[in-house]
Amino acid sequence: MGGYGKAFRKAFPYTVPVLTGYLFIGIAFGVMYAEKGYSFLWAGLMSLLVYAGSGQYLAVNFFVPGISLFQVIFLTLMVNIRHIFYGISLLEKFNRIGKKRWYMIFGLTDETYSLLCTTKVPKEVDEEKFLFAIALLDQLYWIMGSIIGALAGALIPFNSEGIDFAMTALFLVIFVEQWGNRQNRIPAVIGVVAAVVCLLVFGADSFALPTMLCIVVVLFIGKSRLDKTEIKYESEEEEETCSQ
Amino acid sequence: MLPISVGMSFLIIVVVALTTFGTRVVPFLLFPKGKTIPPIVRYLGRVLTPAVIGMLVIYCLKSVSLMKNPHGLPELIACAMVVILHVWKRNNFLSIGVGTVLYMFLVQVVF
Repeated sequence: MGGYGKAFRKAFPYTVPVLTGYLFIGIAFGVMYAEKGYSFLWAGLMSLLVYAGSGQYLAVNFFVPGISLFQVIFLTLMVNIRHIFYGISLLEKFNRIGKKRWYMIFGLTDETYSLLCTTKVPKEVDEEKFLFAIALLDQLYWIMGSIIGALAGALIPFNSEGIDFAMTALFLVIFVEQWGNRQNRIPAVIGVVAAVVCLLVFGADSFALPTMLCIVVVLFIGKSRLDKTEIKYESEEEEETCSQ
Repeated sequence: MLPISVGMSFLIIVVVALTTFGTRVVPFLLFPKGKTIPPIVRYLGRVLTPAVIGMLVIYCLKSVSLMKNPHGLPELIACAMVVILHVWKRNNFLSIGVGTVLYMFLVQVVF
């Protein structure tokens, strides 16, 4: 098991933004779940087994008399359908990993996905261990946050309104980082424009799926152009993307 | 006091867990280890990342209403702060920390 300590030490600084964000939104989840009557053990269990930010926020509403499991599945699918995308970008990276990749697949939250895709593995650590360390650390923060929230959130009068902006800020930061690489710019714009248009057309509750379809269609249509752009820039910039 | 039985509570957690895992595992079931990934999927995997990050930014801001007061101003100001700070200093922690505290201040105190 050599090299894990090093992998965790190297991975930690990259996970600090997620640490901040997950502690805050995890606490918010714990507080909401506790208000329904569930103790920190339940919050911890859910964060251990489910491990999904917006999915767990939504799930808090399932714990009412008369809920049907069909409803639970349908609503969970709706809010988490975007995750199907994540695996596509990580197929090659994950297929190099052994049994641990099942845990990595389980842990593909928005935040972990973003880190796994955009973090350059430091030269002196093993890629597999480094990626695993990121995934595991992220989930530990999430579990910690939800337990703290369930335990103390109700006791400490703290106005946490707006704290979930940490997640928005994290994605913005990653967006800026990605923007620095020219070949990412057109797909990035496609993602933003598709999401805004679909948000306006379909509304906040159901725009994820149409957005994903739009993105895929536009990326397909633009393939010849985008592929060409990538070849053009390849010589100029050394790139680290998910599929390498 | 739980609103529903312990058994049902467990069941809900397990169902949510399996459904969530399902959405994450699909691509890996379609293209298991050893199976060649078609060039079109590899292309998609490469260009999807920046597109999805762009989508996630909007996803986070989906509940912002431009029509109602304060017309998305707190979000606009805080996002601008994050971007400016990050382009300037390239420090994740600083950009996210200052942006979040500023946003909390804006929604709690100013607007």
